[in-house]
Amino acid sequence: MYRYDEFDAAFVADRLNQFSDQVARRLSGELTEEQFRIHRLMNGVYLQLHAYMLRIAIPYGTLSSRQMRKLAHIARRYDKGFGHFTTRQNIQFNWPALKDIPEILGELASVEMHAIQTSGNCIRNVTADHFAGASADEIEDPRPYAEILRQWSSIHPEFTYLPRKFKLALSGSPHDRAATQVHDIGYQLVKNARGETGFAVYVGGGLGRTPMVGHKIRDFLAVEDLLAYTQAIVRVYNLEGRRDNKYKARIKILVHEKGFEPMREAVGAEFAADKNDLLALPQSEIDRIRAYFAPPALKERAAQSQAVEARRARDPAFAAFVDTNVSQHKHAGHGVLTISLKPIGGIPGDATAEQMDLVADLAERFGHDEIRVSHEQNLVLPHVALDDLPAIYDALKADGLATANAGLISDIISCPGMDYCSLATARSIPVAQRISERFADGPRAKDIGALKIKISGCINACGHHHVGHIGILGLERKGVETYQLTLGGSGDEACTLGDITGPGFSYEDVVDAIETVVDTYVGLRTDAQEDFLAAYRRVGMAPFKKALYERDSGADI
Amino acid sequence: MPLYKNGSFVQDPWSAIPEGEAMSPAGHVIAPLSWWQAERQAFAGSNVPIGVRIDPGTPMEEFLEDLPRFALIALVIPKFQDGRAYSTARLLRERHGFKGELRAIGEVLIDQIQPLMRCGFDAFEVTDPVTQAALEAGRVPGVTHFYQPGVNEAPQAGARPWLRQAGR
Repeated sequence: MYRYDEFDAAFVADRLNQFSDQVARRLSGELTEEQFRIHRLMNGVYLQLHAYMLRIAIPYGTLSSRQMRKLAHIARRYDKGFGHFTTRQNIQFNWPALKDIPEILGELASVEMHAIQTSGNCIRNVTADHFAGASADEIEDPRPYAEILRQWSSIHPEFTYLPRKFKLALSGSPHDRAATQVHDIGYQLVKNARGETGFAVYVGGGLGRTPMVGHKIRDFLAVEDLLAYTQAIVRVYNLEGRRDNKYKARIKILVHEKGFEPMREAVGAEFAADKNDLLALPQSEIDRIRAYFAPPALKERAAQSQAVEARRARDPAFAAFVDTNVSQHKHAGHGVLTISLKPIGGIPGDATAEQMDLVADLAERFGHDEIRVSHEQNLVLPHVALDDLPAIYDALKADGLATANAGLISDIISCPGMDYCSLATARSIPVAQRISERFADGPRAKDIGALKIKISGCINACGHHHVGHIGILGLERKGVETYQLTLGGSGDEACTLGDITGPGFSYEDVVDAIETVVDTYVGLRTDAQEDFLAAYRRVGMAPFKKALYERDSGADI
Repeated sequence: MPLYKNGSFVQDPWSAIPEGEAMSPAGHVIAPLSWWQAERQAFAGSNVPIGVRIDPGTPMEEFLEDLPRFALIALVIPKFQDGRAYSTARLLRERHGFKGELRAIGEVLIDQIQPLMRCGFDAFEVTDPVTQAALEAGRVPGVTHFYQPGVNEAPQAGARPWLRQAGR
């Protein structure tokens, strides 16, 4: 994985000094809260419902054991013993004291981490496929490009005061696990007819209160033009994006109001005019960065593991865990292991310091010292030998981390909701917990199959409900929580936004409504191979609507 | 209006033309773009120094043709969070080769001085007393390592290969 050189280390130290000075000037009254706010946000410090919240970047979701242990240490020493992994490959601590924050940032810097640009109207933490460098279906590891974008966008003098936040995501596989089409810019690595690698570029995607799927602005962008083309997009946005209304300030609104074709022309003209600029990436530099991401030396192993087969035969829980949480690795005899942070009835994305330490230990012993954080709020050991799965499983199980539900109905994405967030209009975590308890991770969940439920506690859509196969949006109507359902959303390569079923459901009834949707699906699917999304795309809304609302009217009689 | 330039506060040789007033024949006035557009014919053949004030959101095509005529361009920053002038400044310097004074006016605060300089500004009208005091004390907070090319900056040792600028 990437290691800081002297320049990177000096840069982070520099930034820490700058922020410490800003904190001191705020405390002395030299900076007003309004003037300070923008600086604390650009260093990851939010003011939340109960306290300050610190959001730490985990660029493209890659962590070493040493870094994970540092996060555990911060959780223990400065917080309440746990942290919350977010939907954008960050970790949040909800209870640090403001006075401790410079010290925490110093601790992070000692393991090559930071909280730079995890908030604010700037280019945010760059995210990528959490299976990058490991998955069998990959064209190329996208992380070297994500790292280059991370560096280039850090404290960019021109792009620090954008109209609104700006999010980049990269995928290296045809199957998009990074939700690139709902980012401000999404990059998908592709091969052209000559076999060269480049990017399909999407612009103007986003969720929030005005969800939009990104437009493909380039079919093929040469990798050397990555920075120059990105600069062109961001520059057009910086100059033309709306600044009169923060809810209409994202690039998706600019693309929508200006029109996609005029936007494409404006970006193309800006890019062409800058052709002589020296942002062109030298191949030597791409290679230099790529060397950091060289795959670990994996031993030759048989494709099928006898250790796994023997254990599977006598332990159905282990078998379910392997079937559900292990994905195909590009190297035979290995797997990509998802460690679910969605225990049944638990809080999606939370991990205790002890759990973080355990994952760090397992990564060191069995996983070539690599850990990933997924935007689905799980952890991943990207390179494990299948033969080691029994030992890993036993260790995980002892610490409550062996939930066999990756990709299943109880693998729910949820925003923090009213329990933590000052913007929320409804609870979301307790809804996730109740759904999780209803369906659990047993045979029924396995029979239901792949199903992504995503929950947001307000229209800002941090829980990505628009792209949930089933989305749940918590709203407040006349002082009462009501939950609107959407069906058929998807954040993958066939990106679609969900359709609203109709009137919302009460906090009490929403889990029954989800069960009605699920039972309806199970009743109409062609066979167990047809997952929820495929079935919905085949039959549409009508049967679900009928089941949901005729049931309700029946109940009134 | 206190003017900060080249590391210190200096006497401002320029003055702004209030709306509707005529320009003194000596020049050295900063005129709104609309004023310039209306009066430009009167200055054909004159070589008095002219400055122009550009509000954010003004399409650059409206004044690019006249760039060689301007000794000073003042870009308005209505709120310090408004980042449009940063892009405009870079384009003026790097793409259009503007060599005159590039002045930031409006809400110019101490923490924005460095990024503004890196985008090509070389003069700042400072009304905020805290910013004035910091600049008078020689403090321009910022960072010293950069991942991107800045206007008129030499590449740093150990920096990235894309940290370059045109002409080098």
